[in-house]
Amino acid sequence: MKILVLIKQVPDTTDVKIDPETNTLKREGVESIINPFDMYAIEEAIRLKERFGEGAEVVAVSMGPPQAEAALREAISMGCDSAILLSDRKFAGSDTWATSYVLAQAIRKLGDYKVIFCGKQASDGDTAQVGPGVSMHLDIPQVTYVKRIEKIDEKEATVERMTEEGYDIVETPLPVLFTVVKEINEPRLPSLKGKMKAKKAEIQVWGADEVSCDEDKIGLDGSPTRVVKIFTPPPREGGQILEGEPDEIAKELASLLKDVVIA
Amino acid sequence: MAEKLPIEVILDKCTGCTLCVKVCPFGAIEMKEKKAVIDLTKCTLCGACVEACKFDAIIIEKKEEAPKADLSSYKDVWVFAEQKKGKVQSIAFELLGKGRELADKLGSDLCAVLLGDNVEEEAKELIARGADKVYLVESAKLKAYEDDPYTKVLTELISKYKPEVVLCGASVIGRSLISRVAVTLRVGLTADCTGLDIDDKEKILLQTRPAFGGNIMATIISPDYRPQMATVRHKVMKEPEADSKRKGEIIKEEYPEDVYTSRTHLIDIVEEIEETVNLAEADIIVSGGRGLGAKENFSVIKDLALTLNAAVGASRSAVDADWIPYSHQVGQTGKTVCPKLYIACGISGQIQHLIGMKSSDCIVAINKDPEAPIFSVATYGIVGDLFKVVPVLNEQFKQILN
Repeated sequence: MKILVLIKQVPDTTDVKIDPETNTLKREGVESIINPFDMYAIEEAIRLKERFGEGAEVVAVSMGPPQAEAALREAISMGCDSAILLSDRKFAGSDTWATSYVLAQAIRKLGDYKVIFCGKQASDGDTAQVGPGVSMHLDIPQVTYVKRIEKIDEKEATVERMTEEGYDIVETPLPVLFTVVKEINEPRLPSLKGKMKAKKAEIQVWGADEVSCDEDKIGLDGSPTRVVKIFTPPPREGGQILEGEPDEIAKELASLLKDVVIA
Repeated sequence: MAEKLPIEVILDKCTGCTLCVKVCPFGAIEMKEKKAVIDLTKCTLCGACVEACKFDAIIIEKKEEAPKADLSSYKDVWVFAEQKKGKVQSIAFELLGKGRELADKLGSDLCAVLLGDNVEEEAKELIARGADKVYLVESAKLKAYEDDPYTKVLTELISKYKPEVVLCGASVIGRSLISRVAVTLRVGLTADCTGLDIDDKEKILLQTRPAFGGNIMATIISPDYRPQMATVRHKVMKEPEADSKRKGEIIKEEYPEDVYTSRTHLIDIVEEIEETVNLAEADIIVSGGRGLGAKENFSVIKDLALTLNAAVGASRSAVDADWIPYSHQVGQTGKTVCPKLYIACGISGQIQHLIGMKSSDCIVAINKDPEAPIFSVATYGIVGDLFKVVPVLNEQFKQILN
């Protein structure tokens, strides 16, 4: 049984700092990490493999520049069996439509999968559009925001989908695509053995030709959306520090907020 | 020879000013011998450098595309009106407010799309909130959201009536649904827009959204595809008042049974929010963090929230310590919120938390540590003991509200 996990390498946003003089992003020395949400997807994929035992394997797939290979090696160190990097200059500038198309083409080539895991969204783009997009390109069912897999066998699964008010219980046939939330598990640390394996692992790189992409549907030219302007948001207005005894401050604050609270 | 990316530095024009290096969100530009050199393995063609360069020394070539289907046949602004248990969600009204503005600029109609079972009364509410037309599809199979039938019905409606713009809430349902519709229709979709406008000249939708945890803003267009689709988070747009005298048309559509079939089956809907208000929809949020020190101390936060009819939020460390369930977590790995008032108590303000709440209208921070990063985003900051300040604050608010 083949389990796939789709991951993205992102800049560590905790590292991003604003240059106070130019009011622009400081990017020097910003580390690349696996999208935090994808860690839960990797963990869940590995747990599922362990559940199914013999014959189950996890393949990690990522689309990105050559250095995204590091993210895939980390996924292997956690317990993924193999990894595919989708990398091609022709992919550059792909929006979520084109990205989900390329991923879906690669998944078709891999074939014979039962479950695809994705993080609920990536921390750099925050769109949450690629997972559902992939499921649509493949024409398979999806369940988003999965917080627990209640039951699963080779044919169907029952899962909990997190909602604004609580959760839904959803039954789905396989193959299926799940996007997962943090609540689903606690990702493991790589084992020493895993790290050794990751070091030696050969990561296959597939380009546009290998996954039979229609060139009109990839890269900047194949993407329906494009960025016309990027700018730094105006910094938040300087705040006001209230000083004095707790009693006085609380009174002052309450009167300052009067209108907001009553409205 | 390596394949050429459609981005190029015109060396004659480059003065080595390094402006492009500073704006590149991907760290893809370096200066070599006082000329910009773009690392093509890092470049995503986002265009930030082109915009920043004062000397027009960087160009991105986009292939001239053959004109697509006649875009002029697409008109009207649509809002997907999400309903739960037969009630239209407030996000739909917020979208109608913005949608009205866009439709007026385009000189077109504002239409809502409502899918559900026995929800005609709600369709009238959508008209009162600004819709000129409501496309209503009713079936027992559409009672609660399921991916397959909702995707199919919305896709069919858009294909038939050809709207120019489609707006949808960036909610659990909206995000699950709308990307599938955009993929099927082969159109552009922009997530989590905080600004939507119409370009006066081109009459296209300008979609502005934060990226990199709100560190930069990007304006995105989709000039060659229709409809232009965008999602918007809760509370970003203002909800218009209902006007029961407004007139509008309800257009009912029916589909053959197979359009309503679903591969997945919703077995049960479980509600488990302790407080009465949902975090994303709350106007006021009172949040607690590590500074609370213990699980039972969350009662201080809950008491204040009760007085203000607010939702209770929490930082990641409070959730990790098991003081409160994950559904309350605000921040990068939790929820992004944008209430009118956010009161952070005992929260130091790690960047991951700030990402989730810094666009709130008014932020109050109460923390012992004057150096805490939370104060950098606070409208009002109080350096002090939350256990002394919050209870007094609670009493004060009780007086005001009585």
